[in-house]
Amino acid sequence: MIMFALRTVLKMAITLFVIITLVFFATRLSGNPIDIVVGEGLTQEDRAVLTAYFGLDAPVWEQYLRYLRSILAGEFGISFLERRPVSQIVAERIGPSLQLLASSLALTLAVAVPLGIAAALYRKSWIGSAVMIVAFLGYAVPNFVLAIFMILIFAFTLNWLPVVGNGSPWHFVMPTIAMSGVLIAALTRFTRNAMLDVLGQDYMRTARAKGLPEHVVIFKHGLKNAGVTILSVLGLQIAGMAASGNVVIEAIFSWPGIGDLLVRSAIMRDYPVLQFGVISVALAVVVINAVVDIAYAWADPRIRLAGG
Amino acid sequence: MSLPVLSIRDLKVRFGAHEAVKGISFDIAAGETLALVGESGSGKSATALSILRLIEREGGRIAGGSITLSGTPPLELTSLPEPALQRVRGNRISMIFQEPMTSLNPVMNVGSQLAEVFVRHQAMTHRQALEAARAGLEKVRIPDPARRLGQYPHELSGGLRQRVMIAMALACRPELLIADEPSTALDVTTQAEILHLIRALQADIGMAVLFITHDMGVVAEMADHVVVMKHGQVVEEAAAATLFARPCADYSRRLMAATPRLGAGSPAPIPRPEPVLEVRNLSTRFASRQGLFNRKGAGVLAVRDVSLTLGRGETLGLVGESGCGKSTLARSILRLIEPSAGEVRIMGADITALTGEALRPMRRAAQMIFQDPYASLNPRHAVRDLVTEPARLHGLASAADRRDLAVSLVERVGLEADAVDRFPHQFSGGQRQRLCIARALSVRPGLIIADEPVSALDVSIARQVTDLMLDLQRADDMSFLFISHDIAVVERVSHRIAVMYGGQIVEMGPSQQVLRNPRHSYTRRLLAAVLSPDPARRRAGAAPGAPLPGARAPEAEPAALHEAAPGHFVRPEAA
Repeated sequence: MIMFALRTVLKMAITLFVIITLVFFATRLSGNPIDIVVGEGLTQEDRAVLTAYFGLDAPVWEQYLRYLRSILAGEFGISFLERRPVSQIVAERIGPSLQLLASSLALTLAVAVPLGIAAALYRKSWIGSAVMIVAFLGYAVPNFVLAIFMILIFAFTLNWLPVVGNGSPWHFVMPTIAMSGVLIAALTRFTRNAMLDVLGQDYMRTARAKGLPEHVVIFKHGLKNAGVTILSVLGLQIAGMAASGNVVIEAIFSWPGIGDLLVRSAIMRDYPVLQFGVISVALAVVVINAVVDIAYAWADPRIRLAGG
Repeated sequence: MSLPVLSIRDLKVRFGAHEAVKGISFDIAAGETLALVGESGSGKSATALSILRLIEREGGRIAGGSITLSGTPPLELTSLPEPALQRVRGNRISMIFQEPMTSLNPVMNVGSQLAEVFVRHQAMTHRQALEAARAGLEKVRIPDPARRLGQYPHELSGGLRQRVMIAMALACRPELLIADEPSTALDVTTQAEILHLIRALQADIGMAVLFITHDMGVVAEMADHVVVMKHGQVVEEAAAATLFARPCADYSRRLMAATPRLGAGSPAPIPRPEPVLEVRNLSTRFASRQGLFNRKGAGVLAVRDVSLTLGRGETLGLVGESGCGKSTLARSILRLIEPSAGEVRIMGADITALTGEALRPMRRAAQMIFQDPYASLNPRHAVRDLVTEPARLHGLASAADRRDLAVSLVERVGLEADAVDRFPHQFSGGQRQRLCIARALSVRPGLIIADEPVSALDVSIARQVTDLMLDLQRADDMSFLFISHDIAVVERVSHRIAVMYGGQIVEMGPSQQVLRNPRHSYTRRLLAAVLSPDPARRRAGAAPGAPLPGARAPEAEPAALHEAAPGHFVRPEAA
């Protein structure tokens, strides 16, 4: 188990290194940043001076080494726009993003898992069909459409909920629902299928033959097994939510998180911020994946063994 | 005879419109073992599941009759409400199932699965229950029980898992144990141990046992009383000794005749046949990955230095227990798995070095038949396409000929010509295995490697399939490498027998010599574990011999086989 965790962390470090490298070379590919930042009307001499000042005249590999060194030292440069260290700006934004991610995840699990189980247990009655139809509809509505509909109804028409910012618990309601909508639909369907598969297994019959009450059979023996499968999908889904879901939703609700920051710095061409923003989202995705991998191994003893 | 523990009267079970059990009646007395015998579809498992009222979960329902559990007051199980049933299940009546591999929950450790029963029925705390679980494991003679509590099912062998199942079933000292083919999925030596254990615990607890099986050898070994079922009806009910001595019903007689019996003779060896398959020093190693960086480990040597020859028109039977490497050997011969060393010649051609396109003539010369006829036929293809596919791939049949070829193939394996337009799901298991044989025949191979071809079939069907293989051999001088764990079946079809153990062939020779005069201790142990369909030869509670050292012997350089008698080779054993 410890071996497994170590290996997962090692994989994580390698992935992160590859991403950091890709980000570096992708930004270098777009040419001399001086031209974009300062713009037209620059003499050749001034351009050369600025290039040297920012260290852009050194060979690429030397720039790359310097970049790696500064990342290891925790220096990510100064924002062009705000004239503050990038790390400071990003640090302020991480908290709200994580809060929104956590509330969305909690909502998803709280709704999708019980619904999925109900849909599996009552697959032959109207309950199962109803759940699946709702899940199908949920899947068909993109999260930004859901967000806009909610704003129109609950903020503009009924005036029940605030739209902009994260000042109170009420501010969480709409962004959380908008973030979770598609995920709930997907996870409900997935939980149902995982549970259906488990219900037909021999060990469920064994559990009943022991005289265990039905709720123990379903929630202890069944859910433990279905949980392993659910967990594997959940990891991918959360990572997706962290990487892209928050960009759109945070922008719509002006949520002061990383997603909102990324959109703004892309529009304003604040490259140091953008660069570090991308790296921190990548870090989040990698960490989430690693946590899920380890949790997966913890939940399923067979994986633990296969992992060494 | 004492009062019955359980009485079944006129029980009817339906699955939708289909009546699986058509009004059967029998009693089981305390301390008695009743065997419910029949082939697949006879309704024996439906009857067992009805007793525990688990049949509803499998989509069936009890359509009539009564099942009474004696006691004060007697319980009528067919109408008992669910909470009361839960107090009976696992407590007064418990059950063990056929598949030890899938019957335990893979993500719960053995201790908590066992402890659950004690907590549920004997109102113990978790701590007390774990202690009781440890004692239970000791009772089923699992070595090192305290450590097993923390282990997961995948860490245990099939035999150990079945012992855990038994410990679980006997936790509350039930009045009735239902054993549904508990030893069918196990190796013969493990089977003997499990049957012996059940009998010893039965004597200890004094419970009645309802033993469900299709294996007349197991019936002879275990049963006091036998109920023979066919198509949901009882065809005969008798004391075991009487049934084996004088079976009355026609069906019982046929069932017994179809049961392979060790010592019934085998085809005489063929003197100096022209070799079709020659294997020299074949080894196959499975890599294992280990450590932080997934380095390639030493791996497991699944097949070790195997040499054998197979002549034209000859059948070589390959016997051995699960994990001994017999299937790996078969696949390595056909290069479905890459061997790591050695040489294979088919029809005189060395195929070891061939790659890609150059392997195609070999694939035509040697075909393979697998164990599971359900999984080895693509359900979306019609039979005419399935059985002629190898011929098409080898360019032996044009689109126009395929239908005619298919008709001649299915007729050769004893099916009607109109079978060619049907789909696999419309056939029974035995018919499907015939289709697999027809498919192998489509390229007119000289060699067929059959990996447990009849193990998934009922005895009477298995007999028909092996008869078909014998007919084909006589007609076309076909050669078979016949792999099976069932020595009686192997004896019936094989000119020569090879015994495999720990990846090596430990003994090989003419069938009757190997069986009547076994030289290697493993062969002797294997033969001793085979059950005889004759209650008079029951081993009277004799404990099976001490287990041999782990099936994976250390990887020392194996000693060469030496010729103990003409054509009879044995691997020398360490003293």
